[in-house]
Amino acid sequence: MRVNFTVNGRRYEADDVWEGESLLYVLRERMGLPGSKNACEQGECGSCTVRLDGVPVCSCLVAAGQVEGREVVTVEGLADFAARRSQAHPGRGHLPHAERSGGGCASGACGTALDKARQWEAEPAGEETRDTGELSPIQQAFIDAGAVQCGFCTPGLLVAADELLERNPEPSDADIREALSGNLCRCTGYEKILDAVRLAAARAEETV
Amino acid sequence: MDFLRPARWEEALAAKAEHPTAVPIAGGTDVMVEINFDHRRPEYLLDLNRIGELSEWEVGQENVRLGACVPYSHIMEHLRAELPGLALASHTVASPQIRNRGGVGGNLGTASPAGDAHPALLAAGAEVEAESVRGTRMIPIDAFYTGVKRNALAPDELIRAVHIKKADGPQQYSKVGTRNAMVIAVCAFGLALHPETRTVRTGIGSAAPTPVRAKEAEEFLNAALEEGGFWDSRTIITPSIAKQFADLAAGACNPIDDVRGTASYRRHAVGIMARRTLGWTWESYRGNGRSTEGAA
Amino acid sequence: MGVTGNPTSINQGTRTKGGIGESTLRPDGILKVTGEFAYSSDMWHEDMLWGHTLRSTVAHAEIVSIDTSEALATSGVYAVLTYDDLPTSVKNYGLEIQDTPVLAHGKVRHHGEPVALVAADHPETARRAAAKIKIDYRELPVITDEASATAPDAILVHEGRGDHHAGHVPHPNIVHRQPIVRGDADAAAARADVIVSGEYVFGMQDQAFLGPESGLAVPAEDGGVDLYVATQWLHSDLRQIAPVLGLPEDKVRMTLSGVGGAFGGREDLSMQIHACLLALRTGKPVKIVYNRFESFFGHVHRHPAKLWYEHGATRDGKLTHMKCRIVLDGGAYASASPAVVGNASSLSVGPYVIDDVDIEAIALYTNNPPCGAMRGFGAVQACFAYEAQMDKLAAELSMDPVEFRQLNAMEQGTLLPTGQVVDSPAPVAELLRRVKARPLPPERQWEVAGEPADVRALPGGLSNTTHGEGVVRGIGYAVGLKNVGFSEGFDDYSTARVRMEVIGGEPVATVHTAMAEVGQGGVTVHAQIARTELGVAQVTIRPADTQVGSAGSTSASRQTYVTGGAVKHSCEAVREKVLEMGRRKFGTYHPAWATAELLLEGGKVVTDGGEVLADLVDVLEDEAVDIELEWRHRPTEAFDLRTGQGNGHVQYSFAAHRAVVEVDTELGLVKVIELACAQDVGKALNPLSVEGQIQGGTTQGLGVAVMEEILVDPKTAKVRNPSFTDYLIPTILDTPTIPVDVLELADDHAPYGLRGIGEAPTLSSTPAVLAAIRNATGLELNRTPVRPEHITGT
Repeated sequence: MRVNFTVNGRRYEADDVWEGESLLYVLRERMGLPGSKNACEQGECGSCTVRLDGVPVCSCLVAAGQVEGREVVTVEGLADFAARRSQAHPGRGHLPHAERSGGGCASGACGTALDKARQWEAEPAGEETRDTGELSPIQQAFIDAGAVQCGFCTPGLLVAADELLERNPEPSDADIREALSGNLCRCTGYEKILDAVRLAAARAEETV
Repeated sequence: MDFLRPARWEEALAAKAEHPTAVPIAGGTDVMVEINFDHRRPEYLLDLNRIGELSEWEVGQENVRLGACVPYSHIMEHLRAELPGLALASHTVASPQIRNRGGVGGNLGTASPAGDAHPALLAAGAEVEAESVRGTRMIPIDAFYTGVKRNALAPDELIRAVHIKKADGPQQYSKVGTRNAMVIAVCAFGLALHPETRTVRTGIGSAAPTPVRAKEAEEFLNAALEEGGFWDSRTIITPSIAKQFADLAAGACNPIDDVRGTASYRRHAVGIMARRTLGWTWESYRGNGRSTEGAA
Repeated sequence: MGVTGNPTSINQGTRTKGGIGESTLRPDGILKVTGEFAYSSDMWHEDMLWGHTLRSTVAHAEIVSIDTSEALATSGVYAVLTYDDLPTSVKNYGLEIQDTPVLAHGKVRHHGEPVALVAADHPETARRAAAKIKIDYRELPVITDEASATAPDAILVHEGRGDHHAGHVPHPNIVHRQPIVRGDADAAAARADVIVSGEYVFGMQDQAFLGPESGLAVPAEDGGVDLYVATQWLHSDLRQIAPVLGLPEDKVRMTLSGVGGAFGGREDLSMQIHACLLALRTGKPVKIVYNRFESFFGHVHRHPAKLWYEHGATRDGKLTHMKCRIVLDGGAYASASPAVVGNASSLSVGPYVIDDVDIEAIALYTNNPPCGAMRGFGAVQACFAYEAQMDKLAAELSMDPVEFRQLNAMEQGTLLPTGQVVDSPAPVAELLRRVKARPLPPERQWEVAGEPADVRALPGGLSNTTHGEGVVRGIGYAVGLKNVGFSEGFDDYSTARVRMEVIGGEPVATVHTAMAEVGQGGVTVHAQIARTELGVAQVTIRPADTQVGSAGSTSASRQTYVTGGAVKHSCEAVREKVLEMGRRKFGTYHPAWATAELLLEGGKVVTDGGEVLADLVDVLEDEAVDIELEWRHRPTEAFDLRTGQGNGHVQYSFAAHRAVVEVDTELGLVKVIELACAQDVGKALNPLSVEGQIQGGTTQGLGVAVMEEILVDPKTAKVRNPSFTDYLIPTILDTPTIPVDVLELADDHAPYGLRGIGEAPTLSSTPAVLAAIRNATGLELNRTPVRPEHITGT
């Protein structure tokens, strides 16, 4: 079947989609957007969390056909999404931002090409990861707080945490824990993830 | 596999009549797991997401008519006063992401004994609005669950809504899982006080082949409360009554041993939850809610 | 973070920003937060096929026949492979013992063993075709425990064993046995005023890394194959893959793709050979991605164990002796079992001084799922048992459990049961003192004035099971002993290639190793080391591949020590070369070139007094210095097979925990309120990463204390819960605050004085939580994980 929908502000059309495919599979394997992760494919880890018409959902449990005509935001579009929100509600402080490309191709199969396996070779290591200006506040906070280890849970956590702060700019620790209770992390013990959300909230507070 | 995308309810009914094996998919939180893990390959998937009315609810005089696809997150947020038991149950469902997609219609359609909504529906009192091209019928919740993952729906029927009695008294819901969030019930218990009829209703999840009410326990308690004049006096229920209620609730279970827990633990835990939820609701009825109610 | 100790003096580059000791940020951080980091499951290639593995549905059976004809005839299917299609005479692989068939031959030995492979144009096509493969099994009785494994008429899991352990084990269904005998435990027992013993059971834990096994194999024009994969040790994979494919190692080119966690579960091969076989057969790139269900069958687990311990002590609280017997279930294939046995036995004493011991550890061959490496590696199971024993002894003696441990704590100079002397700091008593000295978290945190109870702070959490009823607080302590690095005489080395040149007018260092970055932050640390040693700001970390020498495994808490050591070593060689170039070019301009100790700092050559002699840009000009060297830690020795004597380990690692739990004693539900850790790390190269490792390791220990267990049906040896619905790992609502107290007591034998840190916190976390639950409930609880019914007794 054919499915048309909007991802990170861009219209996509996917052809020859098998009816049993999930939104996650279509994003990863057909749209060149592998940022959403396939860790459990049963709604028990949150690694594939995306916004579907604004609502955080597990994309592994959304049938591809169900997104016809709808809007999806993935981790690849999170910085852009946060920047637009910031422009729409300037009262909410955000870091400066530059437009990011949507990534991937318009249709057909295209995921991560092999050169990407080597792409971080070019990135010199170290302090320059601060204040790049191209990240959403929550992305920046995850890096700064040491909330990223293997990083496989990170995309889903970022989408969920960003939505929490949109809804509740000053969450208590219990609020953070509840909002992120659908996102498993196996590396960090969650402490640095809590730190990251607290940091993003505090920075937003400072810039208001 | 074919993917059917009706835009209106009548089209969905027509599609289901034409393809009775079609599997309805709404939140996808059960169906997609089965597809992803290769446990199920339905001939047809019938998507209900495009039918807007299924995600709406109406609050009437007696009942709330809850669309089959109203997500749990909306029930928690908007129907806490009218459906406190179901709102508490909704809060225990899986994760925020799942609560944003799943709804009571899916729980009823799957009819797993572990479905979180069932004990709350049983305790509150509800009717399932089932419809086909042949017409509409109201199935009382007590007659809805017919076996393990089986329900009273005919092959051409779809769930349109659930009519749930508005709370006329305190309601509570507890669920035991082996994790503090995102967990399937080892067992669950729902309890509703109905001061208008001076009755108590219950629901037990995951401790029998189907969700069940603890009828003997209810009857005992109804009689004991009546006899002792508790509804009027609003005095503390004596520990011996609470204990017998809990024992009878545990006795209403017909559980199995599985990876999530043992049969005897389930019986034990249902008894504890029965006693505690009775205590919480009764304290609330007495007017001392704050100290005993739970919230998150 | 508290820092104490006497760090080894570092006289190079301390004035260069972003060097060791700073919490620099991950070089892969931006890619990971934008979703652009390429994990092995994200790889894509034009014209790519999808591989699928058909696995056994039974645990132990003869394969009577396999019929693949219908699968092969399916439209969209490019290849179906079974044992008969293997191209060479090498048909098995294995880390230490090559006993694992690439595809089952004549027999399956565990549930989920790979039997056939399919390559097709869509994963669903591959799955449907695999379902059409007909396998006729004749089931055999299953061996599931020590009694069935060593019964006189037991079926041998592996017949005709010819491995190097076969000769010394008491039964062919025992993979390896390691006794350790020192002193006279029986005679010492006679001096004991109290003796306690216990039998302990440790459940099967899964690594549950979040990124399931996956990779992409691309056939090359030269007849070789390029493999992009997530692993812990590229060169070990290569050594096992190439012979099966019949290719020389240089024609199997491996590149590390993004790794979604590992924790030991990627030490063994999973889909590597399968993807290569399909790619070489079809001539097309083949991607294999396991889903979570398959992942539970795709890697080894932590050995479940039964442990019997006896300890004695005098009335004044001194340990007299210890006897123990540890039976580890290795499952159907050896994997890392022999080394796990070595660890379990040699670390079974824990961080205590006991002169008279009688120790035996064995690993079994059974038809249960294969078990091997997981964070803590044999030491975890032992720590659970000996720490329970310490609490029992303290109770018998009416002593404080922490004081009792401190009284018997190991220290620098202690002689271990293996005869090895602990020759670096061992601050066991101090670690315990620190966790105990912490203020306790406030009680009844669920109570908010005027508000309903906050169930998120209670056992049961959002499930609303208690508003305070039945809740009892408990406190427990534990401390553990872990080795660092590969032991028992293994040639444990790493290789680093370091290049220094001028790019865009700046001196830049490039570090190239084959170290698997699995999330631990090795890449961050390598850049820090290069900055410290070479005085440059810009460091590029090249992706890990097999174009550079082996880095050894990302396991055993060893990478910062060993590959970090290799990077330091190669940087030093580069520095010498650069200084030589400088002397050649500028030596005549300043006498200090010949007389002073010279450093590289801030892009310049400086004297140890801080005087600038030259810019690196001018020294290097358009020349590049490029050096690849191997580096080894001190050699170790094998343990004697009868007495267990030998200097088997290179370094030890210590952590202590205090757990504060609240238990709903009526429902048996547990909420861990706080899990404080104190650990000696020698030198924190990156304090932020150190904390992250300690908190992560602590949480994995918490998981196996209260929820994590792979359940195997004892009648069928089949796995009952291979999913994240029923194999539960802690969520953020199950994980408490984890305050971390870091000591830095340098180990003078190690680079920068550092100590491997990754595993120690996983050891003591579990017994601390168990001790706290015992403290709350008064129950004995000799098994982990604790399930609700163990607490309620129902």
